[in-house]
Amino acid sequence: MQDYEVFLQQLITGLSNGMIIALVALGYTMVYGIIELINFAHGDVFMLGAFLALTLLGALGMEAWPSHWQLAGVAIMLLASAGFCGCLNWSLDRVAYRPLRRASKLSLLVSAIGCSFICTNLGLFWGGMPMEVFAGGVAAAAPKDFPQLIPQFNILGESAIRIVPADVAVLVVTVPLMIALVYLVKRTRLGRAMRAVAQDATAAALMGIPVDRVIGITFFIGGALGGFASVVYALYNNTIGFQMGYRAGMDAFTAAVLGGIGSLPGAVLGGLTIGCVRAMSDQYVETRWTNTIVFGILILILIFRPSGLLGSTRREKV
Amino acid sequence: MKKQPLFALALVFTSAMTAVTLAQSTETKGTLTIISSLPRTGSANAQTTTIVNGIKLAIAEVNGQVDGWTIAYQDLDDASPQRGNWDGALEAQNANAATKDPSCVAYIGTFNSGAAKMAMPILNRAGIVMVSPANTYPGLTKPGKGEPNEPMVYRPSGKINYFRIVPTDDLQGVQAADWAKQLGAKKVFILHDRELYGKGIADVFQAHAKTISVEVVGFEGTDSKAANYRSLVTKIKAVSPDLVYFGGTTQTNAGQIAKDLRTGGYEGMYMVPDGCFEQAFIEAAGDSNLNDKTYITFGGLPADQLLGRGANFREAYRAKYGGDPEAYAAYGYEAARVVLQAIANAKTMDRAGILAAVAATRDFDGVLGKWSFDANGDTSSQVLSGQTVTNGKFAFVKVLGG
Repeated sequence: MQDYEVFLQQLITGLSNGMIIALVALGYTMVYGIIELINFAHGDVFMLGAFLALTLLGALGMEAWPSHWQLAGVAIMLLASAGFCGCLNWSLDRVAYRPLRRASKLSLLVSAIGCSFICTNLGLFWGGMPMEVFAGGVAAAAPKDFPQLIPQFNILGESAIRIVPADVAVLVVTVPLMIALVYLVKRTRLGRAMRAVAQDATAAALMGIPVDRVIGITFFIGGALGGFASVVYALYNNTIGFQMGYRAGMDAFTAAVLGGIGSLPGAVLGGLTIGCVRAMSDQYVETRWTNTIVFGILILILIFRPSGLLGSTRREKV
Repeated sequence: MKKQPLFALALVFTSAMTAVTLAQSTETKGTLTIISSLPRTGSANAQTTTIVNGIKLAIAEVNGQVDGWTIAYQDLDDASPQRGNWDGALEAQNANAATKDPSCVAYIGTFNSGAAKMAMPILNRAGIVMVSPANTYPGLTKPGKGEPNEPMVYRPSGKINYFRIVPTDDLQGVQAADWAKQLGAKKVFILHDRELYGKGIADVFQAHAKTISVEVVGFEGTDSKAANYRSLVTKIKAVSPDLVYFGGTTQTNAGQIAKDLRTGGYEGMYMVPDGCFEQAFIEAAGDSNLNDKTYITFGGLPADQLLGRGANFREAYRAKYGGDPEAYAAYGYEAARVVLQAIANAKTMDRAGILAAVAATRDFDGVLGKWSFDANGDTSSQVLSGQTVTNGKFAFVKVLGG
């Protein structure tokens, strides 16, 4: 491999990983934008989405399906996980956050941490399900193999640079979702209501906007994005585990803060930045320094631009 | 057909009665407890379950009694779900529990060398003998093979209380590098998980590879919690090695690395040490990613290659538990037998007496033939083996070195 090929390859890897991080980061940033809560449970909701996908895959026996049917299977998993994660996130808001709306932000945060623990343990429990795809459920805490539904070959043929269909899948799922989201927030009535609630919930309520419902919908959309991300993650990495939510959540949260929490383009930019920095650091520095470098950059940016890359000082939220 | 459950029930009842009568009729001198501390949560569980079965088998063979003493056994977990791997805090807790239990005379464990580091000083102060069925990091026992202060740092009382029945990584790493060369590797890329065991064996592998003129084109510590290793794989491919060596375990993501190597288009060999010699590794990696290009070294012989006493163990295991033991089960059985023999030979029936008796183990008729403990607490056995993966199963290739 030539030097420029190595660089391009790392860029592709970085962008693919970054896209997945960005999709999860959007869920953080949306919820933060509207009620200024860091929804710690978001990463774990994402993890449960992947577990649902694997359960469906096993229950429907998708591995044995002919390859074009498997694509339909992927679509089923995407929709099911998105719906499931959306509903789960909405329920968390309804049960654990909404009653605390008037309490201090700190109580809300503690409640979110609690939800995160509950979801993590739910995942641990789920992993022990006696199904073939969970390796019989004997080792509940062990990482689970997620079958390769998307074939592994180099789209570029014999080229030294390698793009596998999974890379394309990441792109095909995430980019339309991001565009749809921006359209929803900027152009629709619902989006306008969300922005209004974000700016001033009391004023929005006075104008007749059902604030709690709008917040609930925001949670649903954020969760659904996490659900989409979970299936993409599972197809890309081929491994899921009940702890994956912690790590993915950490990366995504960092991305959201880096881009400016509350800003949608910021979350995407933050995700892509972290993905690429990771890849470049793995290549040109050393893997063991990667985390240090990512968080070093985060600290530097926050020192010089406390509101993040795209976060504006006048808090435009959602 | 209807009578059968009744009959079975009656049988259970009678045997329960017999057990009670037996316990009553035999005057016991007291209870001696053996505690084991192994990672029972997470993917190591499949392996450690067979180790625990091995220990139970050894105790059952003597009917739970030695010279009128009742042998009790306690199976402790040193792994936490949060880590999915061994946890130093839990290991220290287990070791402390052992010191506080006055009937505890022996501690079987640990599975991971890093965990041993936590338990050794605690048990050393209490004078409890510790027999590990699986630790292979050399510095735990051998002066000059690890950090400068090892192994004395684990022996605050100055006495040796730690013994192990597996050959260490200063042998395994060397044999692995030799085998890599025999397999035709000219350039190797070495990865390690940055743990005591993984980094330790990777260091040995690297040092020996250089002396046998195998070129080391990279040496890197990995992030064992990473979602994938694609960028690392690109870096590896850029220097085109014939073999990638990973010093680590299933729990530190050996399976994910195998997956990403294949997804990333790497077509060379992949070699891992005994920490990956468990079915969970194949499950984590997906067998199609391992087939015929993956090599695993192990300090001992796999269960289906054992002869003599080892073969007896294998058959007894199958008869009792109805499945095949994993690689380290034989060592769990062996560790328990060493302790039981020491209890039989002890001059005084206390921790010190049993410790002295374990230290005096010579020409032990074990699953891998006759062996003795040396002055450091290491086994004299030097049998190592190499295996590969074919059709989702480990396949024995050869005995290494020797």
